[in-house]
Amino acid sequence: MSDRRKFILNMARGIGITALGGFVWSAYVDEAVASQLLLRPPGALKEVDFLKTCIKCGLCVEACPYDTLLLAKPGDNKPLGTPYFIPREIPCYMCPDIPCVPVCPTGALDESSVTTNGKLDINVAQMGVAVIDDSSCIAFWGIQCDACYRACPLLGEAISVVYEKNERTGKHAFLKPIVHTDVCTGCGLCEKACVTEKAAIFVLPREVALGKAGDYYIKGWDKEDDKRVKDAHAIKTKTRLSEKNSLDSLNDSGDLY
Amino acid sequence: MTRLWNKYRYLFFRRFTQIGLLVLYFGANAWGWTLLMGNLSASSILGIIPLSDPFAGLQMLAAGAVMATDLLIGMLLVSVFYLVVGGRAFCSWVCPINIITDAAALLRRKLGIDAIAKRQPASRNMRYWVLALSLVLSFILGVTAFEFISPISMLHRGIVFGLGFGWAAMFIIFIFDLFVLKNGWCGHVCPLGGFYSLVGKTSLIRVQHTVENCTACMKCKAVCPEGQVLHMINKQSLAVLSGECTNCARCIEVCDDDALGFSLRKFAKQQKRESNNESNK
Repeated sequence: MSDRRKFILNMARGIGITALGGFVWSAYVDEAVASQLLLRPPGALKEVDFLKTCIKCGLCVEACPYDTLLLAKPGDNKPLGTPYFIPREIPCYMCPDIPCVPVCPTGALDESSVTTNGKLDINVAQMGVAVIDDSSCIAFWGIQCDACYRACPLLGEAISVVYEKNERTGKHAFLKPIVHTDVCTGCGLCEKACVTEKAAIFVLPREVALGKAGDYYIKGWDKEDDKRVKDAHAIKTKTRLSEKNSLDSLNDSGDLY
Repeated sequence: MTRLWNKYRYLFFRRFTQIGLLVLYFGANAWGWTLLMGNLSASSILGIIPLSDPFAGLQMLAAGAVMATDLLIGMLLVSVFYLVVGGRAFCSWVCPINIITDAAALLRRKLGIDAIAKRQPASRNMRYWVLALSLVLSFILGVTAFEFISPISMLHRGIVFGLGFGWAAMFIIFIFDLFVLKNGWCGHVCPLGGFYSLVGKTSLIRVQHTVENCTACMKCKAVCPEGQVLHMINKQSLAVLSGECTNCARCIEVCDDDALGFSLRKFAKQQKRESNNESNK
């Protein structure tokens, strides 16, 4: 066989086995990063950027004085080697000096996102958000419990208790915990403190737990929020009705009946 | 005893650095030592000097991550170090997988598998394909593709932070190297080895062969994990110039005739001679 043919054949074999390997490999990686229900350390970039940037060195895990942070192991079914925490086991105790963030060599944990006025500020961290299942929360049944409210490091700000008349007894009050999602850092101390068998208040990643109103709905009474309307763009849909001018299509009932 | 030491001194030093580094990393996590924190992907010496895996950095670049200064400094330091001591010195002196694959290679020789399966069914250039594939997949998937499957990081993280099911991957590599392909993982597949082969192309520390002393016993070729780099044995006094040489020094130890040794100067001389030859032409 000529050298040229041999070379072409070798290249083709290389490409073939690379394509096969690449297929299996990418399928695995795709699955491995699909897990969304993961709580990251404070200051973590958005999940898609975090997965690009985290080098899986574990320096944040070593810096954590409470052993809160874990590195995903094979068999954990989480993106391998990335840091996460399980608040029901060990929550984030929100150290004021945030030792886990400045040690990050790649910026996957972004210092600027947990900094206010040039100082580290754990209270602005957004690791997740606490969500209450009111069907299993005993405070919603009318039994007095404020474990989560008391456990919250931002007492009265991230979780407040609202009073409501208990119509069943007619003489008692419900003391219902409410999470304020703009303040909650997702530290999980509430989830740890919850007295029910499986926590009735638990932390979820913000992208999972929170909705988004979009720029079409604004709080007209709030000057700051009012500004968002500038970002709203008209969406034009084209249907058969839009062929004609709107007045015509409203007045013309011929087609409809 | 002296003979034993002469036959295994580099092996001893290699295992010492490999295990020593693991102990330092383990101590950092378990007992809060600060000498060397993190793992082989990225670490920090005394919390001041950053070190990071340049290949992981390249994947991050391909994935489109913003590169932090600490990361770039770490990549530079590690690259410069291996440019001097030989790229694949990482493989034989640092990487913990090396202990597993060396064990498989030893068992292969003892069981006589090498004598039965003389021809290897795969090309050692596969690692460069895997290397390219790592970068392409990182680009397409937007994650550091090899870092998600790397058994090197898996084992190393495993020893420092907990292994989980990672032992299965280690076992598979052992079996693969033992029965399927001689030097299979480290010599054929591993893209990190491929990367360091490229880094080591121009490195300073080299193994030098002196043909006058050679008795053609071929012990060096039998023990070498990258046999093709020893093509000059019993033919020519040459330095091992291929970047694929891991500088593991097993060939030097097994040689009874002082025909192999580390050299730096001779290599420089030889390059001068070569360039002279070229200018004479």
